[in-house]
Amino acid sequence: MSWTGKILRVDLGAGTCTSEPLNMQWANDYMGQRGLATKYLVEETDPKVDPFSPDNKMIFATGPLTGTIAPTSGRWSVVCKGPLTGAIACSNSGGFFGAELKNAGWDMVIFEGKSASPVYLDITNDKAELKDASDLWGKSVWETETELRERRGDPDVRVASIGLAGENGVLYAAVVNDMDRAAGRSGVGAVMGSKHLKAVVVRGTVGVKVKDPMAMMKTSNAAKEILAENAVTGQGLPTHGTQVLMNVINEVGALPTRNGHDVQFDGAHDISAEAMAEVRESDGQANLVSNHACFGCPISCARRSKIDPTHFTVKDKPKYQIVSGGLEYEAAWALGAANGVNDLDALTYANFVCNEQGLDPISLGATIGAAMDLYKVGAISKEDTGGHALEFGNTEAFVAMVEATARGEGFGKEIGQGSRRLCEKYGHPEFSMTVKSQEFPAYDPRGIQGMGLTYATSNRGACHLRSYTVASEVLGIPEKTDPLVTEGKAGLVKAFQDATAAVDSSGTCVFTTFALSGEDIAPMVDAACEGDWSVERFVEVGERIWNMERQYNIAAGFTGADDTLPERMLKDAAKTGPAEGKVNGLSEMLPEYYQLRGWDDSGVPSAETLARLGL
Amino acid sequence: MHKALVMEADACTGCHQCEMMCSYGKVGAFNISKSVMDITAFDGGALNVPSTCTQCEGAWCMVVCPVQAITVNPATGAKEVSAEVCVGCKVCTIACPFGAINYDPDSGVVTKCDLCGGAPMCVEACPTTALAYMAEDSTGYEKMRRHAVMSAGLPEGTA
Amino acid sequence: MHYVIAGAGPAAVAAAEHLKELDPSAKVTMIGAQQQPPYSRMAIPYYLTGKVKEEGTYLRRAANHYEEKGIEFVHGEVVSLDGPGHTVSLADGQTIGYDKLLLATGAEPIIPPVPGMDDPRVQQCWHLEDAERIIELAKPGARAVQVGAGFIGCIILESWVLREVNLTVVEMGPRMVPRMLGEKAGGLLQKWCESKGVTVHTNTRVQSIESTPEELKVVLENGETCAADVVIVSTGVKPRIAYLDGSGITVDQGIVVDQHMQTSVADVYAAGDCAQGLDFSTGETAVHAVQPTATEHGRVAAANMVGNNSLPYKGSLNMNILDTLGLVTCSFGAWEGVEGGDSGEMFNEGNYQYINLQFKDDVLVGANSVGYHEHLGVLRGLIETQVPLGAWKERLKKNPVQLADAYVGVNQSELKVS
Repeated sequence: MSWTGKILRVDLGAGTCTSEPLNMQWANDYMGQRGLATKYLVEETDPKVDPFSPDNKMIFATGPLTGTIAPTSGRWSVVCKGPLTGAIACSNSGGFFGAELKNAGWDMVIFEGKSASPVYLDITNDKAELKDASDLWGKSVWETETELRERRGDPDVRVASIGLAGENGVLYAAVVNDMDRAAGRSGVGAVMGSKHLKAVVVRGTVGVKVKDPMAMMKTSNAAKEILAENAVTGQGLPTHGTQVLMNVINEVGALPTRNGHDVQFDGAHDISAEAMAEVRESDGQANLVSNHACFGCPISCARRSKIDPTHFTVKDKPKYQIVSGGLEYEAAWALGAANGVNDLDALTYANFVCNEQGLDPISLGATIGAAMDLYKVGAISKEDTGGHALEFGNTEAFVAMVEATARGEGFGKEIGQGSRRLCEKYGHPEFSMTVKSQEFPAYDPRGIQGMGLTYATSNRGACHLRSYTVASEVLGIPEKTDPLVTEGKAGLVKAFQDATAAVDSSGTCVFTTFALSGEDIAPMVDAACEGDWSVERFVEVGERIWNMERQYNIAAGFTGADDTLPERMLKDAAKTGPAEGKVNGLSEMLPEYYQLRGWDDSGVPSAETLARLGL
Repeated sequence: MHKALVMEADACTGCHQCEMMCSYGKVGAFNISKSVMDITAFDGGALNVPSTCTQCEGAWCMVVCPVQAITVNPATGAKEVSAEVCVGCKVCTIACPFGAINYDPDSGVVTKCDLCGGAPMCVEACPTTALAYMAEDSTGYEKMRRHAVMSAGLPEGTA
Repeated sequence: MHYVIAGAGPAAVAAAEHLKELDPSAKVTMIGAQQQPPYSRMAIPYYLTGKVKEEGTYLRRAANHYEEKGIEFVHGEVVSLDGPGHTVSLADGQTIGYDKLLLATGAEPIIPPVPGMDDPRVQQCWHLEDAERIIELAKPGARAVQVGAGFIGCIILESWVLREVNLTVVEMGPRMVPRMLGEKAGGLLQKWCESKGVTVHTNTRVQSIESTPEELKVVLENGETCAADVVIVSTGVKPRIAYLDGSGITVDQGIVVDQHMQTSVADVYAAGDCAQGLDFSTGETAVHAVQPTATEHGRVAAANMVGNNSLPYKGSLNMNILDTLGLVTCSFGAWEGVEGGDSGEMFNEGNYQYINLQFKDDVLVGANSVGYHEHLGVLRGLIETQVPLGAWKERLKKNPVQLADAYVGVNQSELKVS
C-alpha cells in the first residue's frame, strides 16, 4: 500500500520497457524516493562508473507519500552518479510530475544504458513506450513540454525534460518538470542527456491507495494545521516565498557576495522578496505576479513573475514576456549577490533561461562569480569572454554569460564545466567556492557556522538541502542556536541530516520541517504504508540512508580529505556584519561529527555503525 | 435556504488538495483524475480557477436524462446522480453547458458534484479561502451565479 | 384548461411535467401507443447489453409517477386530428378534445426497399420488443449483419460484440455516422471498430436479402455477399407524421413549427423527433431527432402553450454523443463548418483521438471529437453563448485540446488571465 509495488525498468540501449516488482525489503529499509532509489543504484552500479557511461543508471523515484493527501506530496527525485561531483547525485523536485508518475502506478523508473538516437519515454498508466525524439533534440524545455503536450492530445499529461544544457553536457544541467520545477543540482540533466533521453511524458489515472485512509486524513489534517499556524510555513513562505530570506541573511552577515569576498551585499534589498512585490515605475506592475503551489502543498512558496517588457533582457523577445517561474532565494542569491548584480529583472530573466534550457541557477551563478574573480585578477580577459568585461556587478556581461552557457557557446562552454574545473584551468583553484566540486549555496559558513559543516559533509557536494541548520541558527527552529559558534553544531548537523534524508525519502517537502518534525511526518507514513512506522524507525531510515550514501562516495574514491571548505571560508575573515573577523571553524566541528556518526578519524563508517544500521 | 459551494479563483494556489479529497470521496482513492472538482491553471499556475457544478437552476443534466438518474436532494439542493439508475448514455455530458458532469469509463456512469451530502470534502481540504460552503445570498455566491448565467446565456424557461 | 399530448417519449414527458409545473390546475393528458410505461430509446443499447433490465429504460422511475404528477395517461394511437374542432381521434375510435395540443409522436425507422426484408430473422432495433427479439437471435457465435452505421447503429454495436456475435456492418454513406462525423472522425471510428473485430463496409447498399432455412445471404451492391444468422436494420429514422395527412398542418421533413413551437394550425404545437423546429446554428428549421432537442422542445412548447407564445425559442443546437465499443465521439452544431469560417484540428490517429473546431470570426460554431469524454459540455456552452474567444481562438487552433481551459478562461475575463 502507498508503494505501488511496481518499478518500470527502461533499457535505453535495447529500447525496452519492463515492469518488475518493487523490492519490498528495500522499501521497508529505505522508504522511497532518495533512499530507495539510492539503494537500487548502489546495488546495480559500480560506484567508480563514469557518470556519462551507459553503465551509469538514472532513477526517477517517488516516495510513499507522493500523490497522497499528505501536505506537500508532490515531491520526487532523480538519482544517479553525478557528473559535476563524481559523488552520489540526488536531486529533488516538486511540481506535478512526481504525483502523476505515482498516479500512473509506478514507484520509480530506472533508466539504464544509452539510446543510439534521441528518445522520449511515454507513460500512460501501465503502458510505457520509448518514442523517437529526434525532432525534439535541440529544443528547449519549454518547447519540448509544449510540443509533447500537443502531441499527446491530453491536457493533463505531465512532462519532465532536459533543455540544451542537458544535451550539451553542462555539468550542472537540470531535469525540469512542469516548465519551471527542477531536479536542479549535481548535473542529473547531463546524465539524462548522455543517455539521449530527451523527456518523460506521463499520465496517471490509476490513483494512489494508502493503508488506512481515515488515519491518513487525520494525520494529514493535523500536519496541515501545524503548517498553517507556523510563522514560516503559514505566513513567511506563502507571502514572500523563499526570498523572505534575502534581507534576513544579509542582516545576519551570511550572504556570500562577489564570490565570497564579502558576507553582505549592498544590493540585497534590490533583489529581495520586498523588491519583487514593489510596483515598477515603467509599467505599473510588480515583478511578482502571484504565488503558486506544487501538488498537494498548502505552503505555496513558489513565485510567478513577469519581467518588465521594456527591460533590455526581454525587449523584442516575446517568449520571455510571460508569467513564469520567478526567483527563489537561492537563485536570486547565486545569480545576483554572488556576482554583485542587483538588477531584479535581469536575475529573473536569467532564472527564466535556467528553466528554459535546464540549468541549476546556483552552480551557474556561482560559477559566473568565480569567472568574475578570475577576470578581476587578470587570469582571463575579454579575449576569453568574447569581449565582455566580466566585472563584478556588470549586468550586461552577466546576462551574456548566462545566455552563452545555456546555448553552449563561446566562454559559456567553460562556465558550463562548473567553477572547480574553470578555476583549476585558469590557475586559481582557490577561487572555486565548492565542496566536492559542487558550488555552495546562499549561506556563508563564516556567518552561519553550522552551514560550514553542512557543506563539508554533504554527500552530494556543497548543499543547503542536506542539513538546513539555518533553521536553528537563524530562524530558531526547532530552537535557536548561535550562528557564530561551532559548539553543538556537529550534533545539530547530524540530526538535520538524518531527518532530512528521511523526509526526502517520504515523498514530502523538506520545507515542511520548519513546522513539522518526525512526530508529525512518521504518523503519515504509518497511515500510508504497511508495517509500523514509529518516529524512531523514520529517523533510523534517515541515518541508514546517510551512511549508505557515504559508503557509495567512499567506494567512488572520496575520503575524509574531501570533507572540507574553500580556503576563503577557512582563512579570509568576514569583513562586515555580526560575523566580522570570523572564519569558519570546520576543524572544531568535524572530528566531533565523525565521532557522533560512528565513523573513524578519516570519516569511514565503523563496522559497528554499519552493522547497527544493517548496511 | 440552501448553502452553495463558492469558488474564489483569486485565493486558489493550485495545490489540488481539494481534488484529492474529492476523489477520495468519490472512489475511495487519492486520484485527481476522478475528482469532480477541477482546477484550471493559467499562466503556468499564476492563476488557478477552481470549478465544478454550481447546482444551477437550469439543471440541463437532470432535464435531459432519459432515465431520471439525476434527482434533486431536497436537503442540499444538489443534483445527484444515481449510479444504479444511470445507464451511461452520456447525453447529460453534452447537455450541460458548463462541462460539469462527466462520464467515468471505469464505472460506466457519469459523475458530478453532489456537495458530499452537505459537507463538501473539498472545502475541508482547501488550505486557503478559495473554497467555501456558505449561504446562497452571500456575495461570493452572487459572483458565481453571474458566471453561470454569463456562461449559459440560455433563455429562462427552457429548463 | 385541457392540454393533450400525442406521444409518450422524452419530449412528451418533458412537456407534460412542465405543463403541470407552470399550470398546476390544468388537465394534462398524455396519449402513448406503446404497451410499456414511457421508456427511452437512449437506454435500449444498455438493455441489449444487459446493463439494465426493462425497467431501467423507463423515462421515470416511480410506477405511479404520472398519476402523482396529475398527468392522465391514455393508452392509444392518434390516427387523426381535427384542428378546427379541437379533437384528436385514436385508433380504437375514441375521440379526445383539447384546448391545446402537443404533437410529440416521435419517429419511426426507415425500412429500406430491399427484397427479403420480411424474413423474421431481419429485425429493426427501435421498440423494446425489437430488442427482446434481437436478444433471442444474437447468440454467441452467430453471424450478424447490421445494415446502417448511423447513430443508433453505432450505439448498439457494443451489444453484439459483447454477445460474441460475428458482426458485419454495412453503411451506404461514405463513412460511419456520416450525418454526425466528418471524414477523419468517421474514419477513425471505422478503424476502431475494425480493431475490435467488426467488419465494416461503407459506400455500399444492400441489394437483397436471400433467405434459406439455414441462413440469410445479404447481397451488397459492391458484389460481396455476407452470410448471416440475423440481420439488424438501423438505416435511420423519419418523423412519424403520416396521421396528419389531411389535417391541414404544414409538414416538410417533419412538422414545421415556429419559434414558439406552434404548428401552422392554432393551438397545435409539436416537439421532439417529429418536429421540424428552429436550428440554432442555421436559423432554418430542421429535424434533429436527438434527446437534448426533444426535451428542450418539450419544455419550450409547454411554456408557450401555457404562456400564450411568450417564449421565443433561439433554436436547438444539434448535438450528439456516441459510445461505440468504448470510443466516445461527439458532434455539436455546425461541425462541417460555415462559409467564411475557419477551423482548428488535432488528429492523433494512433491514439484514436481527434478534435475539430469550427469558428466563425472568433466564435465557436461547431465541433467534432473522437476519443475524449471530459468536459465536452463546454462545447455547447461556448457555441450557444457565442462568447468571443479573443486570444483563445488562436490557441485553440494550435491546440484544440485546451478546450476546457479556453472555456474557463473566457468566462473568467474579470480575472487576470492573459
